[in-house]
Amino acid sequence: MKLDLPRILGLIGAVIAVFLLLVMPFGLGKYGLFILSQWAVMSIAALGLNLTLGYAGQVSLAQGAFVGLGAYTGAILTTNGWPMIVAVILAIVLCFAVGWCLGYPALRVQHHYLAFVTLAFSTLAFLLFRNEEWLTKGIYGIDGVPRPSLFGLSTDSAIRFYFLCLASLALVAFGVWWLIRSPWGRAFVALRENPIRALSLGVDTRRYILMAFAIGSALGGVAGVLYAPLVEFIDPTPFTLSLSLNLLLMVIVGGQGFFGGPFLGAAISVLLPEWLRFTQGYYLLIYAAFVLGLLVYSPTGLLGILDRYLTARSTRAASAKRAAATATLGDAR
Amino acid sequence: MSQLINLIVSGCATGSIYALVAIGFTLLWQTSQTINFAQGEFVMLPAFFMLAAVNIGLPFWAGILVGTALSLLLLGVGFKRMIVDPMLRHGTLPLAIATMALSLFMKESVKEFYSAEAQPFPSIIPNVDLHFWGATVSTQSLGVLALAILAVIALQFLLTRTSVGRQMQAAAQNPTTARILGIPVERMIMYTFLINAALVSLASLLVTPVYLAKFSSGETLGLAAFIAAIVGGFNQVRGAIAGGLLLGIVDNLAATYISTQYRAAVPLVLLIVVILFRPQGLLGSAEERTV
Amino acid sequence: MKTVLKVENIVKRFGGITAVGGVSFEVGEGEILGIIGPNGCGKSTLFNCILGQLTPNEGQVHVDGKLTTGLRPCELNRLGVSRTFQLLQVFPQLTVRENLILSGQEHRGTMASRLFGKRDAGLGAEADKMIGFFKLGHLAGEKAGGLSYGQQKLLDAAMAFMAGPRLVLLDEPAGGVNLTMLASLKDRLQAINREQGATFVVIEHNMEFVMSLCTRVLVLAEGRVLAEGSPAEVRANPEVVEAYLGH
Repeated sequence: MKLDLPRILGLIGAVIAVFLLLVMPFGLGKYGLFILSQWAVMSIAALGLNLTLGYAGQVSLAQGAFVGLGAYTGAILTTNGWPMIVAVILAIVLCFAVGWCLGYPALRVQHHYLAFVTLAFSTLAFLLFRNEEWLTKGIYGIDGVPRPSLFGLSTDSAIRFYFLCLASLALVAFGVWWLIRSPWGRAFVALRENPIRALSLGVDTRRYILMAFAIGSALGGVAGVLYAPLVEFIDPTPFTLSLSLNLLLMVIVGGQGFFGGPFLGAAISVLLPEWLRFTQGYYLLIYAAFVLGLLVYSPTGLLGILDRYLTARSTRAASAKRAAATATLGDAR
Repeated sequence: MSQLINLIVSGCATGSIYALVAIGFTLLWQTSQTINFAQGEFVMLPAFFMLAAVNIGLPFWAGILVGTALSLLLLGVGFKRMIVDPMLRHGTLPLAIATMALSLFMKESVKEFYSAEAQPFPSIIPNVDLHFWGATVSTQSLGVLALAILAVIALQFLLTRTSVGRQMQAAAQNPTTARILGIPVERMIMYTFLINAALVSLASLLVTPVYLAKFSSGETLGLAAFIAAIVGGFNQVRGAIAGGLLLGIVDNLAATYISTQYRAAVPLVLLIVVILFRPQGLLGSAEERTV
Repeated sequence: MKTVLKVENIVKRFGGITAVGGVSFEVGEGEILGIIGPNGCGKSTLFNCILGQLTPNEGQVHVDGKLTTGLRPCELNRLGVSRTFQLLQVFPQLTVRENLILSGQEHRGTMASRLFGKRDAGLGAEADKMIGFFKLGHLAGEKAGGLSYGQQKLLDAAMAFMAGPRLVLLDEPAGGVNLTMLASLKDRLQAINREQGATFVVIEHNMEFVMSLCTRVLVLAEGRVLAEGSPAEVRANPEVVEAYLGH
């Protein structure tokens, strides 16, 4: 493995982050742990959306709805005595299937139609959550969502539940990392850079994009199943278009197509209301302005800025090397 | 039966507003590959400009002028120069996402700087119920319909009968050739943005009296515009008109005959059905597939 | 000789313009067919119709006896049809080796095996062989975007051959390549033709290249076949000369 500067920086960053994530919780109170757990859960959803947006290049405005789907699946099942693992499996299957059914016709036509179909689905899902009271208890919500027990250990306490969220995030992150490093990852790079060329080499771009979207949606469902016991009360209010937009902005700000992007974006999104609390109602406005400015400057987000800087450095170094080489060879042309 | 007529007329009225917004949306896409996810907020904002003008003491008609002028400036020139131009060189997708951020920005701005409450908005058309043939039709519906039709006719005239309009069409269909022919393509694209700003201002003026001015009203309007454009046929202006009218009628019928809980779902289902079975839209032509 | 490609009466119109007006030809196994013609005669459109990039208005294409008109390019590719592009199309972010592995990975296994199997999809050795064959050895780990134009051309050609295709369509392979690189390219193409028994169809403007590489030549003009035959026959054909000089 080539140990160049970006890789070294990435490894150092990851090590520091993991260390903090393991050690910090012990110094935090209940609220701090809640925020951290929320970050972990949102990171899972953002990782999924990054697959769809950053790797397959598709806009999904329904990730919030998939989180809702997962949350309701989790809430309904666990409040009826089913173990959470069943809810996770069901949420994955359900969200994958819905994602596939939405994506298949939309992608067959024009690639930007997926944005509109997911937009419509997002609103539809909210209506379903709100209206189907027999299942979701409608606006009254489902109360008392229990936290699971793993191997006899209960995760009722804030810190135990946080570690459950963290472990889940680690698992999901590993899965996504595996996917990106596999031949699938290569196919994604190809279809993003040059879909026509990719097609001519046998890459079924439609199939790959659809899979990315379906898997990304399934991960949204997983995040939802964890979200339910985190907040312990599920009603339709959080699962609106705003959540989908928020998740989208997380991926964008962090840096779409970068593995670390979702983590960074989720951190900013979850922590921002805390940092900007002094601005009272204005924080969302500031955030939106910040995103707009960031997009104009670097459409590949914060990690994109870092990447550009590092690439520029290495290009300068390479040019300097080449210049020095030709100088010593004299006129080698 | 009389209720049906009433519903269809008021449906056409709402639909014609959707059509105006959808036309602007389609024009932006055709000429500069801009998918404006903030189109709904674009309709929400001009009303607030007009209200603000009235608040500082101007008479309503002056408020309308000031509001429209501000909209042309910000939503036309400003939008193009400050957001579209810088983002377009990164690609269509980043621009689309930027408009999403923009919609959030606009919503929050209005919420913070004006009010989070719904504001009443005066109508330029008096609302009187007319009775004929046993049906009740409001003058407001008729007035909205008439004004919208006028606007569309004016636009069609501009695009097909004037030299500027034909240049705009050429610039949209084939910018490279247009440039070679000496057409100032950049300026033509700017005109499209100005036209969109004008259309959304008119739509704002017509729709706000009914639904009140609220920072969040952009969501439903925007969604209606996208659905109208796609259902009608994404690549054409005629499609936007047809889609808008259809959507307005369907929406109104749904409000009456379907439970209030799911009435908002009808346009969404319509969208999904169209994409499934006739993705080129009602008036669109089947394009070369995406491959 | 077995027919690998059969093109029957392909017609392609764009609005009022007929770009290809009824072209038919056959290519036998192991042949190297050159398609030449003045600019705008429909060569690229014809290619795109054969390759599934465009759907012809009329006509059929058969590859190895199978009807392929209207198939998507990725499906065609998996049937053994490969192409290079006029404009260079390598993947700049991937390394040379990765570009080659990508070119072959969709021909083996399934989506699932590609997800859970080896990182290089079992193509590492083949990629290295191809790198050696096209003399790109010292560049194997470089990002393709950093290669010179000529090197990218060689990589482009190598990518087309990774999957061991039956039929390769080359769109102006000699474009913008210097003489030394051109000789190298021609040499490699002829070698692959011998070793893999691949059939080629080449669109080219470079007469010298076509005449020395191809076993048979097809001349197109204004969307129709003007002449067909061996390079010498075609060169001597007065109609062909006029078609070129007339433009």
